[in-house]
Amino acid sequence: MGLDFSMVPKYLDIILLGCAYTIGITVAAAILSFFGGIVFAVIALYAPWVIRQPFRLVAWIFMGTPLLLQLFLIYFGLVQVGIDLPAVVAGIIGLGLHFAVYNSELIQTAILSVDKGQMEAARTLGLSRGEALRKVVIPQAVRDVIPPISNNMIALLKDSALVSVIGVSELTLSAQRVIGKTYRPFEFYLLAAAFYYVINLAMEWVQRKIERRISISR
Amino acid sequence: MTDEKSFVEIRHAQKAFGKLEVLKDISLSVDKGQIVGIIGSSGSGKSTLLRAINDLDPLTGGEVWLDGVEVNQKLPHRQYEKHINQMRQQVGMVFQHFNLFPHMTARENVTMAPMLLKGLSKDEANTLAEEQLDNVGMLERIDYYPSQLSGGQKQRVAIARALAMKPKLMLFDEATSALDPELVEEVNQVMRKLAEQHMTMIIVTHEMDFAASVCDRVLFMDQGVVVEEGPPSMLFKNPTQPRTREFLRKHLENAK
Ligand SMILES: Nc1ncnc2c1ncn2[C@@H]1O[C@H](COP(=O)(O)OP(=O)(O)OP(=O)(O)O)[C@@H](O)[C@H]1O
Ligand SMILES: [Mg+2]
Repeated sequence: MGLDFSMVPKYLDIILLGCAYTIGITVAAAILSFFGGIVFAVIALYAPWVIRQPFRLVAWIFMGTPLLLQLFLIYFGLVQVGIDLPAVVAGIIGLGLHFAVYNSELIQTAILSVDKGQMEAARTLGLSRGEALRKVVIPQAVRDVIPPISNNMIALLKDSALVSVIGVSELTLSAQRVIGKTYRPFEFYLLAAAFYYVINLAMEWVQRKIERRISISR
Repeated sequence: MTDEKSFVEIRHAQKAFGKLEVLKDISLSVDKGQIVGIIGSSGSGKSTLLRAINDLDPLTGGEVWLDGVEVNQKLPHRQYEKHINQMRQQVGMVFQHFNLFPHMTARENVTMAPMLLKGLSKDEANTLAEEQLDNVGMLERIDYYPSQLSGGQKQRVAIARALAMKPKLMLFDEATSALDPELVEEVNQVMRKLAEQHMTMIIVTHEMDFAASVCDRVLFMDQGVVVEEGPPSMLFKNPTQPRTREFLRKHLENAK
């Protein structure tokens, strides 16, 4: 029995819907992980001890445990304390926070390696430390870590398949469902892979655009 | 001693980094519109003194006054932060390595602080940036990023950035030391222009000729003390202290 893609058009809408979910979740979680990463980095570096310490514990949970577990915790666990999130939202939060912690590590290092003269020049003009961080130091730190953060975002795209375990019909789960009806695993997994590849290319394209834009402003 | 204070008044400034005493009881007054040069060998404490004036390197003892206000006064932390940010707005500082913000154009470097701290509108800030960059001959490069500018151009933008806050006092810490020789003059020219406009300035420099030509008074520092001070005509031509003579002699030799 050879490959037969003749079933594809019939089920394409399901696959495309899954694709839309994957893109939506990835973009939302990426944005959350980016800004969350900045906030986490600032907390880790500058917040008072009473905030920093509990925060470190939470960061450890996100770094040191499987993402799968975190998704279960957010989706099923929080219900117990009265927070009943839609699966998509739980997925976005889980993915977003998980990668925010990774991004935060990168951003912390980058903040510390911004030339000290930058903070000094800003303070000399009369900016407070917070203002100097916001206007001068963090924008530079973030520029320095665009490539590794982009790598994290590609990893995020791949890990977005994990939100299928809490019932979100993203690309991988959609493919699975179609396969359940058609018994054509090879074709539809290949199709899903092709879509991941295209999304991947799109993300790399965005990354290159961003990098080109900031290359003279460093 | 009366309590009459000069425009800039430093009293018994002391600074130690751990055990290392970098400033040992330095006092200095500068009148409004005066230009004071500070010379001295590497490590003598020139930068530390300059940076103490806007509390970038807090003193371990002594007082700094600017226009009747004590800069490093004792205040609870939060209040002090507010106070010092206010004071710093009134003191422009120019660094050896420019410290321009690389992610901002020349225009943005100049407009950022006035917009953020003085509430200037975008239009007002743009007018200000054009004015200030024109003043240092950088209007043509207003939308360039620092990475697209030469050292001399960067330093002129840095001066414009400082002047945009309309400071009462300008501090220069070896503003031309990092520049290729052929770029020094364009920056010196900007500083001369400021001198003509009677800006109060304290200038740390290794350029004796420049100091001699613009400063009203020059201080020679060595090992954390002011060894000798006077008008440039005195200090450069007839230094009274052996250490000053030694420094100037060595400096001349190196210049050859
Ligand atoms: N943050 C610091 N921690 C420890 N020591 C310091 C610090 N900053 C300066 N020093 C020391 O203080 C002394 C004076 O330094 P300062 O930078 O004021 O000298 P300077 O006269 O400006 O020298 P240069 O001509 O090389 O710029 C030096 O011995 C220097 O090593
Ligand atoms: Mg110095």
